[in-house]
Amino acid sequence: MDQTARITIPATGQIVEIPTGLFINNEFVSSVDSQERIQVVNPATEDIICSVVAGSEKDIDAAVAAARAAFSTTWGKNVTGFERSRLLNKLADLIERDSQVLAEIESLNNGKPVRIARDFDIGDSIQCLRYYAGWADKIVGQTIEVNNKTKIAFTRHEPIGVCGQIIPWNYPINMWAWKVAPALACGCTIVMKPSELTPLTALVLSKLIAEAGFPPGVVNTIPSLGPVGGAALSRHMDVDKVAFTGSTTTGRKIMEAAAKSNLKKACHTREVSLELGGKSPHIIFESADLDQAANWACLGILYNTGQDCTAGSRLYVQDTIYDKFLHLLVEKAKQLVIGDGFDEKSGGGPVVSKAQYDKVWSYIESGKSQGAELVLGGKKRPGKGYFVDPTIFTNVTRDMRIVQDEIFGPVLSVGRFKTEQEAIALANDTSYGLGAGLHSADASQCMRVSSALEAGTVWVNQYNILGNNVPFGGKKQSGIGRELGSYALEEYTEVKAVHWNFGEQAEWPL
Amino acid sequence: MPSVFTHEFNTPVYKGKISFDTGLFINGQFVDGSDGTTIDVVNPTDGKVITSVSEGTPKDVDLAVDAAEKAFETTWGLNCPGNKRGLLLNKLAALMEEHTDELAALEALDNGKTFNIARHGDVSAAIDCIRYFAGWADKISGRVMETSEEKFTYTRHEPIGVVGQIIPWNFPLVMFAWKIGPALATGNTVVLKPSEITPLTAIRMCHLAQEAGFPPGVLNVVTGYGSTVGSAISSHMRIHKVAFTGSTLVGRKIMEAAAKSNLKNVTLELGGKSPNIIFDDADLEQAVHWAMLGVFFNQGQCCIAGSRIFVQEGIYDEFLKRFTEKSRSIKVGDPFTPDTFQGPQVSKIQYERVMGYIESGKKEGAKVHIGGERHGSDGYYIQPTIFLDTNPDMRIVKEEIFGPVSVVIKFKDEEDVVRQANDTVYGLAAAVFTKDVKRAIATAHKLKAGTVWVNCYGLANPNTPFGGYKQSGIGREMGEYALANYTEVKAVNVNLGLKMM
Repeated sequence: MDQTARITIPATGQIVEIPTGLFINNEFVSSVDSQERIQVVNPATEDIICSVVAGSEKDIDAAVAAARAAFSTTWGKNVTGFERSRLLNKLADLIERDSQVLAEIESLNNGKPVRIARDFDIGDSIQCLRYYAGWADKIVGQTIEVNNKTKIAFTRHEPIGVCGQIIPWNYPINMWAWKVAPALACGCTIVMKPSELTPLTALVLSKLIAEAGFPPGVVNTIPSLGPVGGAALSRHMDVDKVAFTGSTTTGRKIMEAAAKSNLKKACHTREVSLELGGKSPHIIFESADLDQAANWACLGILYNTGQDCTAGSRLYVQDTIYDKFLHLLVEKAKQLVIGDGFDEKSGGGPVVSKAQYDKVWSYIESGKSQGAELVLGGKKRPGKGYFVDPTIFTNVTRDMRIVQDEIFGPVLSVGRFKTEQEAIALANDTSYGLGAGLHSADASQCMRVSSALEAGTVWVNQYNILGNNVPFGGKKQSGIGRELGSYALEEYTEVKAVHWNFGEQAEWPL
Repeated sequence: MPSVFTHEFNTPVYKGKISFDTGLFINGQFVDGSDGTTIDVVNPTDGKVITSVSEGTPKDVDLAVDAAEKAFETTWGLNCPGNKRGLLLNKLAALMEEHTDELAALEALDNGKTFNIARHGDVSAAIDCIRYFAGWADKISGRVMETSEEKFTYTRHEPIGVVGQIIPWNFPLVMFAWKIGPALATGNTVVLKPSEITPLTAIRMCHLAQEAGFPPGVLNVVTGYGSTVGSAISSHMRIHKVAFTGSTLVGRKIMEAAAKSNLKNVTLELGGKSPNIIFDDADLEQAVHWAMLGVFFNQGQCCIAGSRIFVQEGIYDEFLKRFTEKSRSIKVGDPFTPDTFQGPQVSKIQYERVMGYIESGKKEGAKVHIGGERHGSDGYYIQPTIFLDTNPDMRIVKEEIFGPVSVVIKFKDEEDVVRQANDTVYGLAAAVFTKDVKRAIATAHKLKAGTVWVNCYGLANPNTPFGGYKQSGIGREMGEYALANYTEVKAVNVNLGLKMM
């Protein structure tokens, strides 16, 4: 069977070739035992773009075997940091070369605007790969003085081994880079399961892995349904580590499977909400630059059409500036154009799927029915495409579903507070702790509040902006471990201590 | 108008044409020196002039510092994010890779080392170094000490500003890379003086840096003499750091000048008289091979040359026999002939210096076992030389010769050899050959040297620090350690709530 789909990019008429097989040992192949396909949908038009092979449990086995073989022979401890660095830089260059077409495929599959996919998602991904290319030849251990006359003790920071990586659909390329870059830099091999909603760019990137010259088996890509491929990876006895970004619910399952199988290292950061989810607070104090804060607040909930793990979806505004700020906020939110990703004017696209679309609307309906006040949005668009316009609720109360649950759409709840203590209490009143933001001109307040907020990332006088060299991750039920920065290296290395005796005689018997 | 150096290579190992401006590189442009004078570049295989390059003066150093300061305040320093600095360094490395053969040919022509070694050794090592430091550029982190509501205390590892760098003639391109790599990665701007004997690859690198897109003034290269340009750099009031690789003698002058001017931070990579210790149980064939490389590589012109070879009594005779045979088989000749291992010494002055040491060895009563004479009649070639029957007071045992001259010394036991090995004002490197890992580690730990090799010699890597104990230098280059040479730590103490009563 031909493992390539020829797709026409509607806006340009250009035809692109997308591999649709499973990527194992640098080749695209059919499933070992299954005829299942995954239908890939364009969320702006609701049309099917193409279908790709749906990997089975046996395919995961084959991929793991390939990754294990590579780890033992051409990768792992058999490849120098310099070589890993060179290959990662090469990969970054290839992605840069193909950034326009990758952006178009990303937009077609995920809905986000082409220009944002190209300049932000892909731009950041290229930098991420280059950042970790720079670390690859700098993984050092320590020498430790124990007894200068008799022994040396030192640590090795060894690659963990075969890593299962499961990524979500909201930033397909960017999440791919965040996972692949540090794992490869440290010498691990990978079995990657992209989201079944957005598998296309992961497959195209696999082609570039082969082109860059990574040995076969170092990266393997198996699009598959979560309960099939994801579950298989998490309970696989020959996978040394699973890294997951997605919903807390699925995260629990993965951790359980890891515990029951081979106690593999499980690290997850939450992303998608299916039932419970993260709900990052965004606090506006009276001394804030209101105009700027309103810009950041909009970015915080509307960027990527609200489909962001750190979306600032609960906004708390100090009483004294509430009316003024709300007015600014609504005016600015109205300015966002949500439309087709290939339209230059679009600042946001549709939500990714029918299921997500229905979910977001059910929350909007619940907001109305539970008595929150709608000050913007709330009307469905006619016609095709899963478009949801910016929606703002005020007069919210703690127990409302729109305040408790993660919506993962462009829907904001706005509350008010009197004192700093109240704001902090409101902000922390969640089982999640991924992101948080605060706006204030009082440096002492900024330090106090950033210290009190229970979140893995706190933004002061901004929101949402990350850096490849700054760690990212969640507190509480938002996750375990940190991605990005030097901290990610710890996720993919295992410390071995070596005690080398050269002068101590063993006394026996005791 | 600076002159243009045009040269056609037509040799068994390289054929090609090169052509480039040989002016001073200041503020992104190639310019004449302020006095309009030039320096001849001499071919060490025949003593003839290859070309001439512009001669810099202290006034040109001022102009370079002006350009470097301006760049630091506007387009470089922390105004240019680390990942961008890294990107530019990687672009430079890619250009070096594209021009590998050309750079190797230039280096061989100018310095006398063989083309093959320049190509597979020097150029390759220089590229790796630039790439290694490109990777550090966006990873210069400080620390956070206190984050209470009263106080926020953190450190910044800031670039120093304009740094002066003075490099030697023995590995011109590699030394260039070792210096600019960490300096530019950390955000400093550079005023660099290559050796007046070997300026060509440094100048070619400026063309590549221009092509890579470094903003004007970030890298400035002023060719000139140590007593004028070098001195101007080390005593310049607006250069706050100087990094020097070269002789201990000149290193002292630089440190003095730094002290007398503005107490600029100084790192020095100086000379050595490194001991190579071969125990009875060494893998003899391997030890002979490494010992030969250790002392004769690069025409003996290595700061780390294993110039004092200590051989334990039990294997002395066998070692000497094999070492002699191996050394006799060294092919000395034209750098552009395929199987040449040893080229000429770099200059007439160096040639005369080394011959002077050989004479002193003979005069002081050491025995010439092989060599001891000029090789051929043209150029600055010297026969690989082995001296025996020396004593510790002889000049050839105490002083750095920097030529293809080795001293082989018999020793009894571990304690004896460690004492002899450490009995030197230097402390750059050392080596131990033995199959007994306990002895290897114990001895390595006792040697007072910045680098100790076990069962090998001379291996270096961009990720491993390099530098000397005692009079071999101050500071470490390479690895993460190099970053400390080019950053200044600022502690910021922000009072958020403490009130004075």
